[in-house]
Amino acid sequence: MAPVIELRGVHKFFPGVHALRDVDFVIEAGEVHALVGENGAGKSTLIKIIAGAYTLDEGQLEVEGVSTVLSHPRQAQDLGLVVVHQELELVPSLSVAENIFFGRLPNQNGRVLWKKLHADARLLLNQVGLAVDPKTQVGYLGIAAQQLVEIARALSQQAKLIVMDEPTSALSPQEIDRLLLLVDQLRFRGVSVLYVSHKLEEVLRISNRVTVLRDGTKVACQKTAELDEKRLVALMVGRELGLGFPDANRSAKSVVLQVENLTTDSVNDISFEVHEGEIVGFSGLMGAGRTELAQALIGVDRRRGGSVRVGGEELAHSSPQAARRMGLGLVPEDRREQGIFPRRSVRENASIAALEALSRWGWVQRGMEQSRVEASVERLRVRAASTETPIANLSGGNQQKVLLCRWLLVDNLKVLLVDEPTRGIDVGAKDEIYRVLDELAQTGLAIVVFSSEMEEVLGLCNRIYVLREGSINGHYHREEATPEALLESALPN
Amino acid sequence: MRKWVNRLLQNEQAGLLLALILLCVVLSFLSPVFFTALNIKNVLRDAALVAIAGIGMVMVILLGEIDLSVGSVQAVAGIVAVAVLNSFSSVFVALGATLFAGACIGLINGLLITRAHINSLIATLGMMAILRGGAMVSTQAVSIQGSVDSFVEIGTGHLGPIPIPVLIAFLLLALFFYVLHYTTFGRYVYAVGGNPQAARLSGLPVDRIRIAVFVIAGILAALSAFILASRLNSGQPNAGLGFELQVIAAVILGGISLTGGVGTLAGAFIGILILTVLSNGLVLLNVSSFYHDIARGIVIILAVYLDTRRKQSLVRRMLSGIK
Repeated sequence: MAPVIELRGVHKFFPGVHALRDVDFVIEAGEVHALVGENGAGKSTLIKIIAGAYTLDEGQLEVEGVSTVLSHPRQAQDLGLVVVHQELELVPSLSVAENIFFGRLPNQNGRVLWKKLHADARLLLNQVGLAVDPKTQVGYLGIAAQQLVEIARALSQQAKLIVMDEPTSALSPQEIDRLLLLVDQLRFRGVSVLYVSHKLEEVLRISNRVTVLRDGTKVACQKTAELDEKRLVALMVGRELGLGFPDANRSAKSVVLQVENLTTDSVNDISFEVHEGEIVGFSGLMGAGRTELAQALIGVDRRRGGSVRVGGEELAHSSPQAARRMGLGLVPEDRREQGIFPRRSVRENASIAALEALSRWGWVQRGMEQSRVEASVERLRVRAASTETPIANLSGGNQQKVLLCRWLLVDNLKVLLVDEPTRGIDVGAKDEIYRVLDELAQTGLAIVVFSSEMEEVLGLCNRIYVLREGSINGHYHREEATPEALLESALPN
Repeated sequence: MRKWVNRLLQNEQAGLLLALILLCVVLSFLSPVFFTALNIKNVLRDAALVAIAGIGMVMVILLGEIDLSVGSVQAVAGIVAVAVLNSFSSVFVALGATLFAGACIGLINGLLITRAHINSLIATLGMMAILRGGAMVSTQAVSIQGSVDSFVEIGTGHLGPIPIPVLIAFLLLALFFYVLHYTTFGRYVYAVGGNPQAARLSGLPVDRIRIAVFVIAGILAALSAFILASRLNSGQPNAGLGFELQVIAAVILGGISLTGGVGTLAGAFIGILILTVLSNGLVLLNVSSFYHDIARGIVIILAVYLDTRRKQSLVRRMLSGIK
């Protein structure tokens, strides 16, 4: 049987970037093929070529042994190549059934056959193991269920290959188990799956073979049975890594952030403190209120009660601007929507929060700005052609570093809040960001990390608070914190 | 030489500039009057009014907002100018009162948008109607005549060979070019327009920037109204009908994106010149004025289309350069 898809000698170029170099890539029928690599290694480019969103600049592409030029996503779908995206592409106001058959509703002379639609949808929902009424509005479903709806949609299109791009980044452990089981069933039914993930444990658990990309080049394609996590990481970053967190032996000093009974519409009666030179973590399940707390601290939501003190001074005025002036900054969870100014340069993105100090009488001192930005960009090892490159051209990990620079440039910064510091960032870059956060704590900065990755919180933080349904439901020192204990506090009773 | 050509091709405004030059060349062949000092002076004087109000519009659109009230401000501010002039007999007092009126209108716009959370399209559409109605009511639809001789100097006078309105426009363009590119305020305007959420989380005073921009836009619109009133030596309740669309069209033609955060003042100025030269050319060629709007509409759609195409081909050229 011919492979589902075969790429030979593929090159792809973007302005200033050679995104894929001479990549050969084969997915056999009925195999689960994992694709791993650091951010900027070329994974998304490769996916988009398979999905027909990008055309390849050089090389050949065969679908089931037939040489093909994919020039449009629709064309790829017609050939049975379907992508389930990281950001789900469902219409929340339509029903599950309508979403599954979106654009292909069964009809007679333009009149929709609702009964047939719902029956067909029910069949597909059974196949993916989702027990909801097909008439339910998609907007009412959780992320995990929505993902299953997307997979049902792929199956309805007679998919031969389903590409899953970071499918588990927003799922709970149980939901992940269920998804992996489904992937296994798909394989059994002869559907190939391209599994793209940063989570190596899942990759090792589910895939038949793994392809590793590094800097746009294929560095390995091996049977999963021959690999282990350490070996994979080494292939991804090109060197053996200790996968270690920096030693969290920081000496905590005076209290710089003191929160008492903070209450907003989404968090309830939160009290905690953070000392100078300390990293404090907030853990919790999806929807426990991590992001909401982070935003409440800098005054995005209206405060219903309680107080926030930075360096002993009360944050009387509840607004992000007041928080910034007091030395309290937030690196948000959603880089693209809430973090970067995509059309502006690295320099302008980095300096925006510190412009008041970098200007005289309202006029920006370009020389000072340039040298300060360059120094901080260098300090965090941001990989960019220059500080004038638009930030949108950088990989996710480097964009995140620029956002860290944004707050490091603020002179009186006392407390740095980081929401999901390494979301969508991979091993090598993750390590660097951990190291940077540690270095900053060593210099006396207080850091609060909000993270859904338990391992990250455990490795990085001196102390950990666990959130559940908007309230603090556990407080652990580094020595006493274990994954079991954290999970215990996070789960609803 | 080659380097210069390349730089020109990659410059965002190059296409517009070429279009402007081409338009001028064609018109000077078609009409013997076009390329005379007098006509050029007239074109620049017309462009100056649009440019002064246009600077404010550029900043408003950079924020991702819109201001439809500038046309009605032409009427109201013009009436204020002449009324105050006649009662105080002082050009300076009249100027101060006019600019103050513009600032107040801008402030109300800004507060409606930031505090009452009304979409700027709706808020300024409402203001547009209210101001126009107010202008009609207060004058009973009759224009009022100025009674101070020195007043007309501002709109019609010269400093050396340069008409005063043109001088004012150039000074303001230079000033705001620097403001937008070299001040914290300018950076904030681009940031808020480019990603309002990120701007807010970075601790920028987002609402205050919005209000400030609308106030500046109001003042500049009032200044252009003052010059117009001086040129006509009267305040007219139907002045500036459709002026807002003329200004918006010109700056969008100049590459200011309606999505916010994208575009430059230099590009907008070229856009203003193109539309002014076009109107002037149509007048010289004796084309009925009804066709002017049609021509303007076509030019804008065409320009935006070509601009999108050019950007795509630019990317392609850069790619082939790498290979």
